[in-house]
Amino acid sequence: MLPGFRLGLGYTVLYLSLIVLLPLAGLVFKASSLTLPQFWDIATGERAMASLRVTFGASFAAAAINVFFGLIVAWILVRYPFPGKRFIDALVDLPFALPTAVAGITLATLYAGNGWIGRHLEPLGLKVAYTPLGIVVALTFIGLPFVVRTLQPVIEDIEPEIEEAAASLGASRGQTFTRVLLPAIFPALLTGFTLAFSRAIGEYGSVIFIAGNLPLVSEITPLLIISKLEQYDVIGATALAVVMLIISFVMLLSVNGLQWWAANRHRASAGEGQ
Amino acid sequence: MNAPRQCCANAEPRWMRWTLLALGLGFLFFFLGLPLLAVFVEALAAGLSAYLAALQDAEARSAIWLTLLVALFVLPFNVLFGVAAAWSITKFEFKGKSLLITLIDLPFAVSPVVAGLVFILIFGAQGYFGPWLAAHDIKVVFAVPGIILATMFITFPFVARELIPLMQAQGKDEEEAAVSLGASGWQMFRRVTLPNIKWGLLYGVILANARAMGEFGAVSVVSGHIRGETNTLPLHVEILYNEYNSVGAFAAASVLALLALFTLVAKTIVEWRMRKETETLDAALPPEKVI
Repeated sequence: MLPGFRLGLGYTVLYLSLIVLLPLAGLVFKASSLTLPQFWDIATGERAMASLRVTFGASFAAAAINVFFGLIVAWILVRYPFPGKRFIDALVDLPFALPTAVAGITLATLYAGNGWIGRHLEPLGLKVAYTPLGIVVALTFIGLPFVVRTLQPVIEDIEPEIEEAAASLGASRGQTFTRVLLPAIFPALLTGFTLAFSRAIGEYGSVIFIAGNLPLVSEITPLLIISKLEQYDVIGATALAVVMLIISFVMLLSVNGLQWWAANRHRASAGEGQ
Repeated sequence: MNAPRQCCANAEPRWMRWTLLALGLGFLFFFLGLPLLAVFVEALAAGLSAYLAALQDAEARSAIWLTLLVALFVLPFNVLFGVAAAWSITKFEFKGKSLLITLIDLPFAVSPVVAGLVFILIFGAQGYFGPWLAAHDIKVVFAVPGIILATMFITFPFVARELIPLMQAQGKDEEEAAVSLGASGWQMFRRVTLPNIKWGLLYGVILANARAMGEFGAVSVVSGHIRGETNTLPLHVEILYNEYNSVGAFAAASVLALLALFTLVAKTIVEWRMRKETETLDAALPPEKVI
């Protein structure tokens, strides 16, 4: 029997309770001073609903963009040789490492009307900075590594024999992709999407600089929580925070469920193979 | 292992490869390459001397110090927690283990703004402990302790998250051997466990450090933005940017971008060391022991 179980678990539970669980419980407790109809009124108020629509819509769009380009990036990083590959592979984690405020001001500067990218988009009638489109750009930046890093190991694990078998049975490369490869990577694709989506929903720092933050149009829910707090509407901020917390729980459970499903599927197909 | 396959069956047609490469690399260029380049170009837009002057500004220096101080304070606690959590989760069986793992991940799922708000509700003027703290003249929110607490919350899972799968894979045979040979708990940890997990631990610390120094949302809620006192470097970036001091904002941002680049390099080196260690371990073990 190894030593340190009671000490280790004791410290784990104590620290977890003090730093994470009790503070979150305090939030829920504070919100419970509202009656359910009052809570409902705040959560479904016009500005709150608009902010949730913007947050969810932009997060969904960004996660979808990341699934498309993330799959391509993961694919070329695993399968194709090209110069500077290791450097680019490391660079994919930049959004994890770069503080969100830095990402925010940089993207806002790039996509502003006089910025390197905005300058070329605005003559085409495409305004990105200070519009909901800017939110999508920021959230795409933030979510990219989640999709790529979830897909890479799965693509690496695909055995070439499976593709060879498909090809030798007369499948075209496109058929092999949709019938053989896509089903194999689908759980990872879904997990990556969910991870990117759930990170995007809570994101604040990278978004506020490029969003324009116009109420009802380009205001995200985390920002609405802060503006309520700045107007000393603590209870309103708390109610919205509880809504966000519930969403976080649902996302966390979906990610766990997806990973469990993917692991089981993997085990089941490995069992069939032997 | 993954030698590029030249053959036809497993490869896309040539035009397809070029299209995918162009799409993928183009996307990375616009979304990662250009922003990274822009930080430094904007920081140096008014020349090197303006850049250096912006960094030597008293408020910038105090922001840098506060950022370092917060990370120095937060990391030891989270390292201790990560090791304790990973130790009890991977070496023992108990009820509610998967619930505990899920709860450890919780701060990753919670919005940084919500993470900041919970500490306002506890320690703020109208919070649970607000009146008591005010009576004893202790400031937690809108002061450094609040920033430290919020950063602890945000970086909470990083070390544990790296260590749990690593220690799970290593099993407990080596530690059991050490204990049965008469090692004390501390000797076993220092001589057996620590050498086994050192790269994983370092990896977790690198990631937690990057997040601790760069955290914006949670810290922005609890800091109160008092210049020279509760402004961390990311908050300093925000203030200067909102004052249209572009060179100052990007100069401070460039320090954080350098930190990010350093993080990526350190991370890549540690990943490489870890892979090398697993390979030598795999080679040394009899095949049925390989996980």
